[in-house]
Amino acid sequence: MMANDALHREEAEEQKSGWRDFPTHIVIFLAPATIVYTLFMVYPLIDSVRLSFYGTAEDGQFYFAGLQNYVVMMTDTLWSEPFWNALKNNFIFFLMHMLVQNPIGLLLAALLSLPQVTGRSTYRTLIFFPTMLSVVIIGFIWQLILSPLWGVSESLLGYIGLEAWFRPWLGEEGTALLTLSLISVWQFVGIPMMLIYAALLSIPDDLTDAGVVDGANHFWIFLYIKLPLILPAIAMVSILTFVANFNAFDLIYAVKGALAGPNFSTDIMGTFFYRTFFGFQLQLGSPTMGATVATLMFLVILIGVMLYLFGIQRRLNRFQL
Amino acid sequence: MESRRYLGTGVVHLILLSYTAIALFPIFMILINAFKSRKGIFKAPLALPDAETFSVVGFTKVLQKSNFEVYFTNSITVTVVTLAIVLLTAAMAAWALAEYKFPGNTLLGLYLALGIMIPIRLGSVSILQLIVDLNLVNTLTALILVYTAQGLPLAVFILTEFMRQIPNDLKEAARCDGINEYRIFFHVILPLTRPAIATVAVFTMVPIWNDLWFPLILAPSEGTQTITLGVQQFIGQYVTDWNAVLASLTLAIVPILLLYVLFSRQLIRGLTAGAVK
Repeated sequence: MMANDALHREEAEEQKSGWRDFPTHIVIFLAPATIVYTLFMVYPLIDSVRLSFYGTAEDGQFYFAGLQNYVVMMTDTLWSEPFWNALKNNFIFFLMHMLVQNPIGLLLAALLSLPQVTGRSTYRTLIFFPTMLSVVIIGFIWQLILSPLWGVSESLLGYIGLEAWFRPWLGEEGTALLTLSLISVWQFVGIPMMLIYAALLSIPDDLTDAGVVDGANHFWIFLYIKLPLILPAIAMVSILTFVANFNAFDLIYAVKGALAGPNFSTDIMGTFFYRTFFGFQLQLGSPTMGATVATLMFLVILIGVMLYLFGIQRRLNRFQL
Repeated sequence: MESRRYLGTGVVHLILLSYTAIALFPIFMILINAFKSRKGIFKAPLALPDAETFSVVGFTKVLQKSNFEVYFTNSITVTVVTLAIVLLTAAMAAWALAEYKFPGNTLLGLYLALGIMIPIRLGSVSILQLIVDLNLVNTLTALILVYTAQGLPLAVFILTEFMRQIPNDLKEAARCDGINEYRIFFHVILPLTRPAIATVAVFTMVPIWNDLWFPLILAPSEGTQTITLGVQQFIGQYVTDWNAVLASLTLAIVPILLLYVLFSRQLIRGLTAGAVK
């Protein structure tokens, strides 16, 4: 008992003096990363939220304005219209990725993981290559390929007798956003393919062997044994897609400029943020309104991540091995 | 039965081959047409350059009318310096988080991991102000600082996971010999971390090299443009000069292509290993 008490006391003392005797080497190991990260990432993010509650005076000084920016953003049609337009377009952009990019990625991963397929690492390497290039370069490449001036797409369609289908897809209001979404899908299909392929590889053979013994074919094995097991990977791919899409900017800016034409039909949150912050044509840029847009983007992303963490992820964990 | 299986395999290869073609065709088109004369580009876009259409007029124009070498040097400087800082500081922090028990360890790990999900771009308004206050506008230093902050969260996360798996006997043996903690880290741990560092390096490097946003808002001056921004501005200016546009795109693609040929194995191994967990 006595010895036990002494031990407890010793432990308590150790904890009390823990901060005072904090080993220097731990501080030195942690300090550089923590300081740079805090100063150039965490502080600006928090400060941006703070700035969203300020207004910009004529002389460029900031003054506290409470929720005024948010009220303006929601009620003044000069702001609310482009805001809702950009948010809506951004959801379309995201939906196209979910409906086209991730299913294609899943299909490619499923095919690559079939036991009898040879040369899978070559396929993987080649299909993943566009993902490595800059979004700006990809944007310009497709602008050229789809250009009516050059006629590459037109003559390709001509080979299969569909020449009449060709339109300047990037230039028309009705199709520009969908075309840009598909360009982005084309570039990033490699990411869901890789992550889902990795998840498929991690499924132990004995699970699928049971199916083989029962006489099930590859399709049924995939649908009933493998697919439920890779749902966590699919959920992760979805949230990564969500964050990347609601933060996108480069592709639209490279192909369409900051005005996201024609007639703002390709405007997404990233380009709207850029215009608000730096101004365009006759409208002056405003750092505080920019911070407001950034904070709203932050909220959208936060809601998505929270839904993933507390909704999807938790439910899926039950399925995991 | 047998023949049906062969048929199935054939269909699988057909689908994979078609998708590979879709993935590479646009890039291939740019690369072959960059080496043709204007006439060749428009008359037969799908043809390879031959004796009649071969021309490097686009490349000469790009090299004459833009500071491509400057952009290229800027990109290399920013990427390499950032990479070195991220790898060293992230490995140090990861080691402290993985090895030592101290109050707040888990909390600090979570704090550093937050940045994996939250895009740094959302802080751009304040980042620009900070860079103005520090008098670093239009310098490569500004980009290096911001990219370091951007690269750290994922790097610390991956390296911490990896370092937790380093067997105890190695470091205990070193401690018994009375070697101090810094030497253990630099001489025992860092060399062991090499495979993970290669993966982290690729993940850190690619977004930096390809970024348009921060060069555009923090360092848009002619002397500090990175290659992505430089190409974007150049093409904006010479949009009707097809030779020059194709050549500048090719010049931007080729370095990544070479790097990919060299490192795709590490990258793909890293992508697959990371997800298994």
